[in-house]
Amino acid sequence: MKLLEYEAKEYFKQFGIPTPMGNMVTTPEDAAKYVESLGKPVVIKVQLPVGGRGKAGGVKFADTSEEAKEAAKQLLGMTIKDLKVEKLYVEEKVGIVNEIYLGVTIDRNRKQHVVLASSEGGMEIEEVAAKTPEKIVRFYVDPLTGLRSYHANYIASKLGYRGGMMRKFSSFVTKLYTLAVEMDAELTEINPLAEVADGFLAADARLNIDNNALFRHKELQERLLDSYQGELTEREMEARAEDLTYVELDGDIGIIGNGAGLTMATLDSVMIHGGKAANFLDLGGGATPERIGKAVKFVLRDERTKSLFVNVLGGITRCDYTAEGIVAAREELGLRKPIVVRMMGTKEEEGKAILKKNDIDTLDSMEEAAEKAVKLAGGDA
Amino acid sequence: MTKFINKDTRVVVQGITGSQGMFHTRLMKEYGTKIVAGVTPGRGGQESEGVPVYDTIHEAQDNHDIDTSIIFVPAPFSLDAALEAIEADLDPVVVITEGIPVADSIKLVASAKAKGITIVGPNTPGVIKAGESKMGIMPAQVFKKGNVGIISRSGTLFYEIASQITRVGLGQSTCVGLGGDPVVGLDYIDMLKWFQDDPETEAVALIGEIGGDAEERAAKYIKEGGFSKPVAAFIAGRAAVPGKRMGHAGAIIQGSTGTADSKINALRKAGVAVGELPGKVAEELLRLL
Repeated sequence: MKLLEYEAKEYFKQFGIPTPMGNMVTTPEDAAKYVESLGKPVVIKVQLPVGGRGKAGGVKFADTSEEAKEAAKQLLGMTIKDLKVEKLYVEEKVGIVNEIYLGVTIDRNRKQHVVLASSEGGMEIEEVAAKTPEKIVRFYVDPLTGLRSYHANYIASKLGYRGGMMRKFSSFVTKLYTLAVEMDAELTEINPLAEVADGFLAADARLNIDNNALFRHKELQERLLDSYQGELTEREMEARAEDLTYVELDGDIGIIGNGAGLTMATLDSVMIHGGKAANFLDLGGGATPERIGKAVKFVLRDERTKSLFVNVLGGITRCDYTAEGIVAAREELGLRKPIVVRMMGTKEEEGKAILKKNDIDTLDSMEEAAEKAVKLAGGDA
Repeated sequence: MTKFINKDTRVVVQGITGSQGMFHTRLMKEYGTKIVAGVTPGRGGQESEGVPVYDTIHEAQDNHDIDTSIIFVPAPFSLDAALEAIEADLDPVVVITEGIPVADSIKLVASAKAKGITIVGPNTPGVIKAGESKMGIMPAQVFKKGNVGIISRSGTLFYEIASQITRVGLGQSTCVGLGGDPVVGLDYIDMLKWFQDDPETEAVALIGEIGGDAEERAAKYIKEGGFSKPVAAFIAGRAAVPGKRMGHAGAIIQGSTGTADSKINALRKAGVAVGELPGKVAEELLRLL
């Protein structure tokens, strides 16, 4: 779950991470009012769940409340990467001496948290890694000790800080690491982190929370669906609401499978036979006839779907339940789009019998079934 | 290195009174797995599927000799359950549960490593020794005793390929699901090392998917001569799109890393026979053996 900058900064403040003064607003009037009360020049930034807002013109500066009102009016009318701008973050402009990068993420290969820091802030860290890898400090944290103060001191001194600034940066690193662990962040990133005359400030903030950990962060759980805005398509949002694991693709063959690996392999076999999948839908394990019916309806309702390929390997998922779900869904929709089913395993004979009675073909081989689904969709298999 | 399992391995089921725990305890017992005890806090003194239930592993150990643990407890409690099994020196610890926070997986994997204990999973179908014992949720009917070892990140695709291996007249030795999460206890390389020394395994089927670079690292290990037995592979996700999680938490192409093509190329360069379709893996193994 990706938080917006202003939401991330709320958490930064809770964890004692220094941030510039700022406020989220939704109208030009409120932007002006806030600048009035602040009495300082500001930067106004659009709040969207996508990157690259600076390049897209989503950041403006203002010295007075009138300028802020005008800038906010322009920004609130914008659409960036298909998303309408509805929220702005108005923040005091700080005197930046140097732009730093600081992030904490998870290295899946090493199975550890890693702290990344660089004196080259302001640009994408991937770009720094490609051009000047020596300018990135990587510190892998031992999960059994956590990040200790001497680790943070090491990172700070590696960036060249001494004395009071070393201690301040070190404390900054410790706080960000603590936030990353306690908030279950998959990634938290400050870019740029502003070095100012007497310390450091988080000029930007990124915080992505591990969805699996939301049971520990109930206040975020409720907002999970909203947070998918910008990340998921409309159809994918609908699928989430129906609790289906669904990814929209741009072809015309509907795909339903059980298990992520098998469903991916089903997409691949359709591709190899010259077809294009309209979607990926993973039923997961042990689906009931109702759940299978819901999935089949969801994919068949999609006007792009010309044929449907259901591929089930029965273990804890039962083939008879699969067949019942398919038949019921087709009856309910009254659609006669071609359906190809390949099923194997638990209650296979029963499942095949149900489908046969309802004139739905089953095939034993995944390859043959893929070929047929492509042919039925009008492809050139 | 862990001994994994055989017909004599004595197993405790953590979370034995939940619906998944009960269901799979029954199936594992039917397959021949020696399940000697179960643990569910608050249910000590009861029986589940004919297995005595205890409140803690400690108490179960006072009454039984136990080698390994399989965990079915819900995600919020899985870290505790796994740490309990690790503290009790059980090895391997098989974590079936899906949806465990990554931070918890990092902790439990590090704790196990410090004691030299193997974690299988999380989010794994488990481990099976064909014809002897299974600690997992895989359908038993697709496996037959033989000489092919299987390493897989996925569940149903693993069963698919196992069934095709059986269908062409071969069979399986030990098969392990690594798990579909970004952070898991076992890597392909750990298993290749194990299979290298396993006299019952003569070839390996490596089943991978998009996301991360575990398959590339396995390819490098094979190329450098770490593994000398024949390997056939399948990688799922050639038709996947970048930036989208394909079902598994770990199955995501980020930037240019984690693509199926990168994995397939690396494996081919290492001399691995990579099948275009899952069905080709069994054919390749037949040719290689």
